[in-house]
Amino acid sequence: MVVQSASASAALDDGVVLDVRGLKTYFYTRQGLLKAVDDVSFAVRKGETLAIVGESGCGKSITALSLIRLVPTPPGRIVGGAVSLAGTDLLRLDEKAMRGVRGNDISMIFQEPMTSLNPVMTIGRQIGEALILHQGLTRAAALARAVEMLQLVRIPEPEQRARDYPHQLSGGMRQRAMIAMALACNPKVLIADEPTTALDVTIQAQILDLIVDLQRQLGTAVILITHDLGVVAETAQRVIVMYAGRKVEEAPASELFARPLHPYTSGLMASIPRLDLIRGHVEAGRLQEIPGMVPALTDLPTGCAFAPRCQFAVDRCHADYPPYEEKRPGRWAACWRSDELYGAAHA
Amino acid sequence: MGAYLVRRLALMVLTLFGMSVVIFVLLRIVPGNIADILFDSAGMVDPAEKARIVAELGLDQPIAAQYLKWIGGLFQGDLGYSYLSEKPTIEEIAPRIPITAKLALLALIFSTVIGVPLGVISAVRQNSGLDYVIRVLSLSGLSLPSFWLGLLILMAAVRYFGDIPIYTRTPASLWDELLLYSLPAAAVGFRSSALVMRLTRSSMLEVLRQDYIRTARSKGASAAAVNFNHGLRNAVLPVITIIGIEAAFLLGGLIVTETVFNIPGVARFLVEAIRWRDYPIVQNLVMFIALVVVVVNLIVDLLYSALDPRIRYAD
Repeated sequence: MVVQSASASAALDDGVVLDVRGLKTYFYTRQGLLKAVDDVSFAVRKGETLAIVGESGCGKSITALSLIRLVPTPPGRIVGGAVSLAGTDLLRLDEKAMRGVRGNDISMIFQEPMTSLNPVMTIGRQIGEALILHQGLTRAAALARAVEMLQLVRIPEPEQRARDYPHQLSGGMRQRAMIAMALACNPKVLIADEPTTALDVTIQAQILDLIVDLQRQLGTAVILITHDLGVVAETAQRVIVMYAGRKVEEAPASELFARPLHPYTSGLMASIPRLDLIRGHVEAGRLQEIPGMVPALTDLPTGCAFAPRCQFAVDRCHADYPPYEEKRPGRWAACWRSDELYGAAHA
Repeated sequence: MGAYLVRRLALMVLTLFGMSVVIFVLLRIVPGNIADILFDSAGMVDPAEKARIVAELGLDQPIAAQYLKWIGGLFQGDLGYSYLSEKPTIEEIAPRIPITAKLALLALIFSTVIGVPLGVISAVRQNSGLDYVIRVLSLSGLSLPSFWLGLLILMAAVRYFGDIPIYTRTPASLWDELLLYSLPAAAVGFRSSALVMRLTRSSMLEVLRQDYIRTARSKGASAAAVNFNHGLRNAVLPVITIIGIEAAFLLGGLIVTETVFNIPGVARFLVEAIRWRDYPIVQNLVMFIALVVVVVNLIVDLLYSALDPRIRYAD
């Protein structure tokens, strides 16, 4: 295995289930070349939850779709890197072999439980589909297993629900069914793309608890994609922060929240509404926001992509892209001034 | 569901009643009756003789009385006599119905069997060469009048096979019968196949962009299986509606096609009857066609609810 210095994950010990190296997914659009995922590397271990965080359009969802090779092609294309699952580079598999991986070794939960389920197929059949495909079960056996899966995700009256159609279930129920579907073949890696974004707050917590519980029970590695740092804090062990298609910071979750290295991460954290602020217990004034907008991926600045929005940016930030390097043990960031700022904050 | 059906049936009766009034009044508004036409073509007019015929047919009575007489007869199963042949209407219409029914059914099968797969292929291979070929084909299908296409088909058959299937009441075999009907059915069905194809394509394109298609792919199903099991099952719903509507519209296309292919079906017969102001034939035939259209509509709606679980006809 080639060790790349640009990856914090390379330093990780055994137990790595999925190892992503230098992943590049580009979109060839009329507006020009769009580097949706640019040299992203990470690894997840068995039973671990890795969160990928960032604003809309930062490339986190495309990263996820790249892993199971469902990037819409054209215009998108995976142009480089390696995605190793138990020693096999998924990017080199032919389509047929890749189909054997999808839903079997790696499966995915999508954001919108309303639209992600086929409206004219029963829940039971949709859960059973992966079982029929990968484990060669008969329809009846797959349905029986689907009922067990519904029970596993704590859906009451699973026999009845298996015969229901998606529109007969509530949003939270549907997302539970999605989870049941994704876990049906007991995958090694579960990718959850904004699994709670479309749900009510109370349901969000239930769904997160469920994912964490099942992960413990089944030992699945989870890649959690979200823009919600609250969700990250509750579930993830490690966090990757992405900005404009690139990783800007990576750290164990607790350390990241205690003291972010990258100004973008600080900005994200400052823009979470906090109850104590709203109630006025803490003198903080308005909710912080990151000024400016995410740059168009077709028109990235030459230096640090975040520099135009960064209050700490100096000339160097606008001129050169900072290297992604290990600033502290286990803490990686791409920022020219992180040492300075980190030190200043400590002083 | 039961209450829904009852309501639908009541609505059907109402529709048919309205239809009967419309066709009855329209026929009487059109200038001339059978007596006028017969005497005009004979070239001589004996007013007394003409008045006798008009009275005999009951055409001198008030329009409301004539209508009641017709409807009253309908309820007793008495459809009256053709003015022209003086045979019972039922005997004139009944033998022609299967001919047109076979034609229409074949045309529908043709349009579905050609239209749906081509539409799917066109959508799955969007913007490929094949897609453009299919789209041009469908555009031409929509623009070619079916009588002209019918003539082309006839000419081509003569040119390449030296023969055209001539209509007989008693074809030698099922194969001969199929051959006999399939040429005119193709001429009519080509246009509706173009319509079905275009709708299938756009419906399929919309469905293929849906999230659940991606979900299905993420489970490891092949593209073909996803297109068929998840894509087409959703995309076919609006297509069924169009096929149902086409079933009614086909009759219009059949009028000319039956003429071109010299097939003694209902559609051509209806036009003939209108020309002679053969009221009993026209009225009863139009009512029969209306009944068929209404029933087909009901079947389509029921089929819709069977295929789309989100649609349930509540009370």
